[in-house]
Parts: sequence; structure tokens; C-alpha cells
Amino acid sequence: MSFLNIFKSDANRRTALYSGHVVPDSARCVQCGICTYNCPIGIDVRAHVWRDEAVKNSECLTCGECVARCPRGVLRFVQTDLFERRGA
Amino acid sequence: MRYVIIGAGVAGYAAIEAIRSVDRVGEIIMISDDPHGYYSRPGLAYYLTGELQDKALYPRTLEDYKKIKFSFHKCRVTRILRSEHALEIEGKPRLTYDKLLIAVGARALPLKVPGSKLEGVVKLDHLTDAKNILKLAKSGKTAVVVGGGITALELTEGLLARGMKVHYLLRGDRYWSNVLDQRESKVVEGRLQAEGVDLHYHTELKEIVGKKNRVSAILLENGQTIKCDMLAYAIGIHPCLELVQNTDLNVDRGILVDEHLQTNDPDIYAAGDVAQVFDPLSGRAVLDSLWNPAREQGQVAGMNMAGRKTAYLKSAPFNVTRLAGLTTTIIGTVGRGRDEDIVGIARGDSETWRDMPDAIAAQSGFDINHMRLMIGEKTLIGAIVMGDQTLSWPLQKMIAGGADISPIREKLMEPEAPVADLIADFWIKWREKVSL
Ligand SMILES: Cc1cc2nc3c(=O)[nH]c(=O)nc-3n(C[C@H](O)[C@H](O)[C@H](O)COP(=O)(O)OP(=O)(O)OC[C@H]3O[C@@H](n4cnc5c(N)ncnc54)[C@H](O)[C@@H]3O)c2cc1C
Ligand code: SF4
Ligand code: SF4
Repeated sequence: MSFLNIFKSDANRRTALYSGHVVPDSARCVQCGICTYNCPIGIDVRAHVWRDEAVKNSECLTCGECVARCPRGVLRFVQTDLFERRGA
Repeated sequence: MRYVIIGAGVAGYAAIEAIRSVDRVGEIIMISDDPHGYYSRPGLAYYLTGELQDKALYPRTLEDYKKIKFSFHKCRVTRILRSEHALEIEGKPRLTYDKLLIAVGARALPLKVPGSKLEGVVKLDHLTDAKNILKLAKSGKTAVVVGGGITALELTEGLLARGMKVHYLLRGDRYWSNVLDQRESKVVEGRLQAEGVDLHYHTELKEIVGKKNRVSAILLENGQTIKCDMLAYAIGIHPCLELVQNTDLNVDRGILVDEHLQTNDPDIYAAGDVAQVFDPLSGRAVLDSLWNPAREQGQVAGMNMAGRKTAYLKSAPFNVTRLAGLTTTIIGTVGRGRDEDIVGIARGDSETWRDMPDAIAAQSGFDINHMRLMIGEKTLIGAIVMGDQTLSWPLQKMIAGGADISPIREKLMEPEAPVADLIADFWIKWREKVSL
């Protein structure tokens, strides 16, 4: 298996399909664009990361494509209901 | 007010955004000799592997640029005339400035062996280089990579992904010996070998041999010959200092700036890979070649240029990268000494990583999930996290925040200590205390 396939199989293994936001740790980002390039509905994830904003676009499918493919671990899911319970 | 920015990298672009956030009307001019303008340079590695197309490397659209209002000139600045507040530009009239930012970055150190000018000898600085590599890889079969650090591996992985046979030459006995420890180097090397890369240890490139002006083989100091169509090198980088020669701006290995990113000329600032920035914590001026510090420095320089006094606080340097497919985060100080494969510092590197005071290493995990901590007297000084990244964010925050780890220090250093659990438990408590 090539390095890239290892990486892709990670993308296939993703499970997080709950309702949530994609949240960045912007200092890790190098604006490479892999997240935006792979978002199936064309959300500019990279631009959110630059502004240090969560992706709160109501169209986000929470498919996890951007989270799984980012080569630098910039993105993670934060569950919406968890957020709300904390009143954040 | 006219602001002129030399360089279309992240430092230059971040400066423009910062200036605009303060000064809505001043004129902003960006000048760069890179025909492709502002794009993600670290992203070039993923363009080489085919994970991205070149169009995806541009973080901004023309529309975005219009909103910020600045003009872009594709040309090369050849001289700074300080007393006249003006720039000499190739093929263009002089341009005057009120405030100037030098953000011209760093460039690959050239190879000095005979044959270095042959077609097929490549480096990875700019998009133009990446496109050239892809063009050559189409017709080539075998490539040799020399050098070290992240860029050498990115070249190796890119060429592999393009179906080339790759030989990787190492001067010493392991990969990136001044940042990784022996075991970490072996993990990376093992993965490269599993991919079919031929590693050659203790080898020194002597000459590149050509046929019809194209690379056909390389000669090693030990007399061996390797037939190849490409020689890719990444032996280190150097800040681009040509422009500041004879300007009386203070220069050491980079352009020296204070914590406001200001040079010894109050109207000239420098930021990013070209700047050697005063770090109040260590009391020294240091070079980095990292995207995020370049962005932050550009931002701070821009604020100061527009009159809003802002200090740059250097945080513990860290980089996340993929080494032979393994996500790896390097935080703070983790290594010591020098790497024979690199001169000066390599890209995606920070000098702080080699400034090791007395610290003790504690380790945890296996090949793929591996963590190494550098433990100081009371705090964590550095960490390497390979594979599973769960703890890399907490470690980054605790190292940057100077968390006092005295309560777990002894336990961390016990043989077979459950390092990951200790860190995770400590993090939960520390995080609450500092309300992160
Ligand atoms: C292949 C590669 C991989 C990398 N990987 C990582 C990584 O994993 N992590 C990380 O943090 N960083 C990485 N980096 C480093 C990171 O990209 C740099 O730190 C960052 O780009 C520095 O930005 P800068 O604005 O200072 O300079 P640059 O991006 O180098 O921009 C300098 C600009 O100045 C222009 N210029 C130079 N001289 C002149 C002149 N005389 N006249 C006009 N224009 C001029 C250049 O054309 C260019 O546009 C990598 C870089 C490369 C190339
Ligand atoms: S993929 Fe990751 S590193 Fe690349 S732009 Fe997106 S968030 Fe940033
Ligand atoms: S989770 Fe899916 S839909 Fe949402 S931003 Fe990421 S890639 Fe796009």
C-alpha cells in the first residue's frame, strides 16, 4: 500500500456522521487547500481556517472529508449538541 | 501613504490584510518575481503527489484581492535606495515608498558539484519548480534525491507517487538526525524502504553526469555510479539577502528586526523566512522557515507599518508534517547537534529545535503511534508525536504555556511509564486551571 493509500483508507474509515461543526486549529494550517479541494459541496474550508472560524455553514454535510484528508490534523469535529449542552 | 511589499508569500499577503484592517485608504503595492503570485508553498508537496491540482493551491481569488484593494506587479526588485525612499525594478521606472516591507523569503541552497546545471537537476522552491519536476517525471524512470529534512522526503514521496524509482542518498547513518532520535529515523526509513526507496547511507555525491545536456547518471565519492534521469536536491535554504546588500540595513544570517519587525531603518520592515527576529524569551535573534510564524510576522509588520504598535511574541515553534505517510508534529526543542544532510536550516524547520538544554527524553508507543517528550526541570521543553495526534494539541498548548509538570515529572521518567495516560490526565486538570 502506498503512503497515499494509507491516507485514503483513513478517509474511508471515518465514522463521525453526527451533527457537528468542523473546528480548526489554525496555527497548524499551511493553506494547502486539500480540505476545500475535497469538500463535495464546495465549502471553502481553507478560508474558514484562515479566519480561525468553525464551519457553521448549514449546507455542511458533516461528511468528514475535509477532517480526514487534512494532512496536518488541523480540523476536528465538535458535536453540536455537546456544544449546546455546555452553553458554548 | 504608500505601502510597498516586496514578496508575494504568506508574510507579504498577511501584511496587506493587516494594513487594510487599519488604513482603509492608503495605497498598497505588492511586487513579486514569482509569476504565480500568492499560493501555498507547503502545498507544493501535495501537488507533486497528485493530491491537489495546481489551481487549488491559491488561497485567494481575484475577487478577494479586489475587496482588499491593492495592486500587484509581477517584476523583480533589484535595489533599495534608502535615502530616496525608492526601489529600482527590472525593466520598470523607479517606485517610491513611504513604508516598505521586505518579505522575499528564502531559497534552496544550490548544489555545488560538477553537473549541477544540467537539465534534470531540480529543487522545490516555487510552483515553477514543481511543474518542471512533473514534466520531467513524465518521461523519466529513475530519480536520485540528496539532502535532508522535510523537503527531501516530500520530493521522494512526490516522485514515488509519479511512478519513479527513487534512490535517496544520506551522508550519515540515518535520516534527519538532529531532530529525530534513532528510533524515529528508523521508523521513517523503514517505511520508505517498504515503498521501494533505495536508501544509500554514508554516501556523498561527487558529480552529476549528463548526456546531451540532460542528467544521465550520478557518481558517488565511493566510486559507485547510479543511472538516473533526475537529481532532486534539498540541502538547506538561505534567506534571500541580495536586495539588502550595500543598504546598511543590519544583517546577520537574515535581516535583523526588533519585536516590531522593524529594521534599523524606521520605514523598512522585514518578515517571514528572510527575517531574523528578536526573541525576547531567549534574548537572541532567530531564523524560522515556517508558514505560521511567517504569517504572524507579516501581520505584525503590517500593523506597525500602518501605525498600530504591535509586538511579535514568538511562541514555541512547531510543525506538523507527513514523514513517509506518518503525520508528525514537532513541538519546541527536540534535538541536538547538526545533520550532515543539511546546511544551516531546512524548510519547515526552526533553529530552536536544536537548542537543547539539559532535558531528559521519555517515550511511549510503538512504530506508528509514537511520542517523545523532552522534559526540563519543571516544564516540557519539546515533543514529537508520530501517528496518532490526539495528544499533539495538548502538548503544544502545555509547552507554549510553560505548564509546570512537577506533579508528574518523576512518574514520567520511570521506566515503562504510561506516558500518554499521565499526559492526558495532567492535561485535563491543567486545561481547567488555565481555562483553555
Ligand atoms: C516545498 C516546501 C515545503 C514546505 N513545508 C513546510 C511545512 O511543512 N511547514 C511549514 O511551516 N512551512 C513549510 N514550508 C515553508 C513555508 O512555506 C515558508 O516558511 C513560507 O512560505 C515563508 O513565507 P514568506 O512570505 O516569508 O516567503 P516566500 O513564501 O518564500 O515568499 C517570498 C516571495 O518573494 C518573492 N521575491 C524574492 N525576491 C524578490 C525580488 N528581488 N523581487 C521581487 N520579488 C521577490 C518571491 O518570488 C516570493 O513570492 C515549506 C516550503 C516549501 C517550498
Ligand atoms: S487541508 Fe488542512 S492544512 Fe490544508 S488548507 Fe485545509 S486545513 Fe489547512
Ligand atoms: S464536513 Fe464535508 S461538507 Fe462539511 S465542510 Fe467538510 S468536506 Fe465539506
